[in-house]
Amino acid sequence: MSAAQIDEADEVEGVDAFRQRARAFVRDNLRRIEPGEVVGILRNDMTDEEELAEVEHDRKLQRMFFDAGLAGICVPREYGGQGLTPAHQRALNEELLGYEFAARMQSPTMSPCLAVLLDFGTEEQKRTHIPRILTGEEIWMQFLSEPSGGSDVAAALTTAVRDGDEWVLNGSKVWTTGAWWSDWALCLARTNWDVPKHRGLTVFILPLRREGVEVQRIALLNGFRDFCQEFLTDVRVPDTDRIGEVDDGWTVGTRWMFHERMLYNSPYVTAPPGQGHAGVGTRTILLAAREAGHLDDPQVRDLVGEARVLQLVGDALQERIKDGMTSGALSDQAAAIGRLYTGLAQARTTAIAYEVSGADGVVWGDDDGPLVDVGTDYLMRQISCIGGGTTEMARNVVSERVLGMPRERTLDRDVPFRDVPRSAS
Amino acid sequence: MQFDMSSDQEFFRETTARFLSDRVPVAELRRLSEGGAGYDDDYWRQGAELGWTSLLVDEAHGGGSISGDGLADLALVAFEVGRHAAPGPLVSANVVASALGSAGGDAHAEVLAGLLDGSALATWASTERRPHDRLGDVALTVRADGDELVLDGVKRPVESADRAGHLLVTGRTGDGLTQVLVPTDAPGVSVRPLRGVDLTRRFAEVRFDAVRVPASAAVGEVGGAAEQVERQLQLALVLACCESVGALQSGFDMTVEYASDRYSFGRPLSSYQALKHRFADMKTWLEASHAITDAAVAAVSARSPQAAELASVAKAYVGDRGDELLHECVQLHGGIGVTFEHDIHLFLRRQTLNRTLHGTPAEHRQRVATFVERGATHEEDAA
Repeated sequence: MSAAQIDEADEVEGVDAFRQRARAFVRDNLRRIEPGEVVGILRNDMTDEEELAEVEHDRKLQRMFFDAGLAGICVPREYGGQGLTPAHQRALNEELLGYEFAARMQSPTMSPCLAVLLDFGTEEQKRTHIPRILTGEEIWMQFLSEPSGGSDVAAALTTAVRDGDEWVLNGSKVWTTGAWWSDWALCLARTNWDVPKHRGLTVFILPLRREGVEVQRIALLNGFRDFCQEFLTDVRVPDTDRIGEVDDGWTVGTRWMFHERMLYNSPYVTAPPGQGHAGVGTRTILLAAREAGHLDDPQVRDLVGEARVLQLVGDALQERIKDGMTSGALSDQAAAIGRLYTGLAQARTTAIAYEVSGADGVVWGDDDGPLVDVGTDYLMRQISCIGGGTTEMARNVVSERVLGMPRERTLDRDVPFRDVPRSAS
Repeated sequence: MQFDMSSDQEFFRETTARFLSDRVPVAELRRLSEGGAGYDDDYWRQGAELGWTSLLVDEAHGGGSISGDGLADLALVAFEVGRHAAPGPLVSANVVASALGSAGGDAHAEVLAGLLDGSALATWASTERRPHDRLGDVALTVRADGDELVLDGVKRPVESADRAGHLLVTGRTGDGLTQVLVPTDAPGVSVRPLRGVDLTRRFAEVRFDAVRVPASAAVGEVGGAAEQVERQLQLALVLACCESVGALQSGFDMTVEYASDRYSFGRPLSSYQALKHRFADMKTWLEASHAITDAAVAAVSARSPQAAELASVAKAYVGDRGDELLHECVQLHGGIGVTFEHDIHLFLRRQTLNRTLHGTPAEHRQRVATFVERGATHEEDAA
């Protein structure tokens, strides 16, 4: 191949041309989402069979994106991606507005899991797993939180003990979304109990369908059963499935949680804008208020306006954070600002939907249309301030890492982890 | 304030910031608060020379921008004015300059020229005295009588009315809106100064008792000015938000610094988690205020279909959270925060004023609800 030919082949596709290509693909292949659809909070509105069918559909969608050259926009070409830029990803996401997308493939598979593989995986790990993720063959989970503690993830008790070329894992992980239909997991485990907690961790990858991995589903208070808890009993993982250095898992973990906070700001996530507002939105509130016959009530209009304000400000804030982090004007830690805003805004928006529903927010009939289950959503209100790291943790990050205020004193910093006081079990 | 400024814009912002720091440091603001005027004539003239009143007017009419996007440039000035709690009817004068530049025609060229070089002032008389003080309520009448227009009604608050040579008056003609450029010395115009929360910005109530002006005083079409008035409202909203965001930035920075310098029980205030978490909330409100204001500025500048909604969203959010943020700043200062000696109130005053001019947050939420309803109807019709 001549130099000129190489240049031509390597020429980066312009964002406008890319957008045209994305638009054609989206319009020709994807189903339009009905504008009137009411979206609640993690509603349990599917049977297991339907859920599994949706998972298969999402895998198929992912494969279609891949075949169209629209998967892994910011993933290097050698791993099956497109080697393009966040601007291309943004264009694709914008074109998806109003259309179905491979929702179950995005979080946590693309970010944080794929992002962590890119940052820390060995060449072999990247060449093995990333193409399979991009084609929809592998859906990933994060084995991070444990029953013994949610926010203090570095206090992981799940233990990995070396045995020749293998590691033997024991312990329990929790809050994995959809682990019962997923394929692989990124797992944070303790490999050394004799050093302070951050210095004795190591990250591994493992398939969910492996001997010793038991997945149990957790019922949330609204009946939703997609979150799981896993019990690991003598699970054997080859050393080649280790990510990063032994006992240096916190270096990986820090980036891992950064990618988790990035979520819909991540350059690896393909989802229409506004997904940060998954859950009760302005439309649901409008429909509920209209169904209730209170849309002319000034108090109700004030609440509808407030919900829309929270939504549009949130969109603008996420854009600002993304721009600021891209240009370097904001530190990467600024993602926590978006996380804090979104958690609070969603909780408030859910409360507004309940408020405009009146008595139908607490008792309803099947024929009450958009008012059905609004009250149950309200019971779930705080989930937006808990899932993906609590808003309290986000406030710590914003004050300490963004504003540079003094760190909280901790009692586990310079003590061997085995001597650190733990919750009563 | 946006991150992606051009180097020309950055230089322009820097120039305005330096000018304000030199000319109206807080000691000067305190001095100016005691007199009636609020600012000195040459301050405003020098500001005009820096371009403060030219940015929304095209070159053909004597204006010009830095970046090609005059509103984005003016947003930087407004931000700096807010950051310094500086005097001057920046928002109101620019609304009038924009109106005269786009709909004024040759009849008002002289007034526009005076605005542009800072030798004369014209401000906008839009909102009214109670009970017509709600957003969008216009009761002042403009009646055609032969070759003349006759104005009757009361406008309030009108910024810098006592030193303006002209007022752009928004009135009603039948079902339509009319705008008229009225000299403040016309017979029947009376200006009554009011007192207010801001140290240096001055407002008045202006009565129009059978004020007669020639028909050529109209700016735009008699009875057909609704669109222009909406445009002016959007400009006023986003520019006021820019000012407010500047004030929030100053108040917040000052409070973050105080929290690290101030010790109690042997620790800096900023080491207490109870306070750190409040700072995190405040930082979030501040960044969100920057973000929605920039988004609204961009939409209004581009005359996007979402401009009206985003301008109201920005006003509702910055008005609401901004007040909360600065009152938190006062609280975190403790007793010194409610003294006249401390500077925090300069910024609280500016935010408090801007929050309520041109519609309270609640009024703008109501307006946003109307956009939501309209949007849903459009989508359902389309589906």
